[in-house]
Amino acid sequence: MKRSYDEQIHIDGRIWGLIAGVAIVAFPLLVAIIYHLKPDWGVVLKGLIGVAPIFWTVGLIEVFTYIPMLGAGSSYLAFVTGNITNLKAPCAMNAMENAEVKPGTKEAEIISTIAVATSSIVTILIIALGVLMIAPLTPILESPVLEPAFNNILPALFGALGVVYISKNWKLAIAPVSVMLAIYIILPLLGVKGLDGLVGIFVPVGALIAIAVARVLYKKGKI
Amino acid sequence: MEFSLNSPILFWIVGGILLLVLGQSVFFLIRAWQAGKEMGIETVKLRKTVVSSAIFTIAPAISILMGVLVLSKKLGLALPWLRLSVIGALTYELTAAENAAKAAGTSLSESATAVTGEQFLNITIVMTLGIIVGLVLVPILCKKIQGGMVNLRNKDSKWGEIVTTALFMGMVSAFMGLIFANIGAGLTGWIPVFIMIISAVCMALFGLLIKITKWNWINDYALPICMLVGMASAIPLTNWIGG
Repeated sequence: MKRSYDEQIHIDGRIWGLIAGVAIVAFPLLVAIIYHLKPDWGVVLKGLIGVAPIFWTVGLIEVFTYIPMLGAGSSYLAFVTGNITNLKAPCAMNAMENAEVKPGTKEAEIISTIAVATSSIVTILIIALGVLMIAPLTPILESPVLEPAFNNILPALFGALGVVYISKNWKLAIAPVSVMLAIYIILPLLGVKGLDGLVGIFVPVGALIAIAVARVLYKKGKI
Repeated sequence: MEFSLNSPILFWIVGGILLLVLGQSVFFLIRAWQAGKEMGIETVKLRKTVVSSAIFTIAPAISILMGVLVLSKKLGLALPWLRLSVIGALTYELTAAENAAKAAGTSLSESATAVTGEQFLNITIVMTLGIIVGLVLVPILCKKIQGGMVNLRNKDSKWGEIVTTALFMGMVSAFMGLIFANIGAGLTGWIPVFIMIISAVCMALFGLLIKITKWNWINDYALPICMLVGMASAIPLTNWIGG
């Protein structure tokens, strides 16, 4: 009997996830074998202590945040192809919005998967092309004229995306946006640094605030 | 074999891994496309999703390529090519690479000495293990989390939809907050805020244009165009304000 898409996507996702995981882990292993190198586990541990606590926490939070947001197919793919917050998730959001599908539905799952798959393919191809043509491209990519444009890709992206989502869901938006603005404006003024790296933790915080407000409004019949 | 940061064999390995991930992406694209057709989604809608997603990706992909260039100065081209094409993101990879480099007794900004083979291996292991969580947890948890969402929607479809929208709102609000993070630094810290406003106004104008003209096809291109308008505005703004 033919499996449903929902059942099959989990089987495919796990198989591909396993293959990709092995391939990604294989890189350092192959480097060690080919060049007869041995890792210095003390150095590795020291390096990991600097990044693992924060990045493993963010990774865990991202799993619980992005799977319900993106759906199964796109999550299996996005967590392998990376660049989720700055590319894959906004791309999927934009695609679902344009296709006028309700988030969380089967249609949304399909559209989101197509968007993330396309985005992954285009990213891999553009970077591969860039690596092949790195010599002629370097002066352009390092041009001080273009530098501000590429340094500000997130404000440009979330300005456009934000206006669409906030205008359509302004009742849900007020509380999380206010809290996030307060956090990001007040904490740096108090001398707290490194908030950029914590954005992955603040995403579910914003989401929980939005869900709490939504529950109250929903119970009162306001949304 | 003597270690070299830009040895052809490293490029062959990376190329092989990327081909595999490219194959996975194509597989998921075909699988979703077929499921969409079976579900009755029009081919036009599916095609539009592919085209608009591809266009949307171009500018961020170029900025990722710039990240490859930044990391390549110390780590060679092969490793950053791998890490930023799959699994990673620039913010993570830079931090992980810098931490690993420091632990290995060097620094990404220190270009006088080349990374040794052992240092390269240690850095690679830290970068790989540092971001392994998502890769391990998604196959384990995805079905359960997705099942929970399906149950939620089956109980109350409207509430299920609201929860998903609220999750999106969490992401939008966190990143909007982040844009204000440097306003304490004076006018230069406001540059990202101005860019966000320009981009938002551009999107609002597109919305108005679509409403008036009923040219719904513009919708597919509005976001990438406004993103480019915002990014382009950063050039004169930075020149005027400084930063």
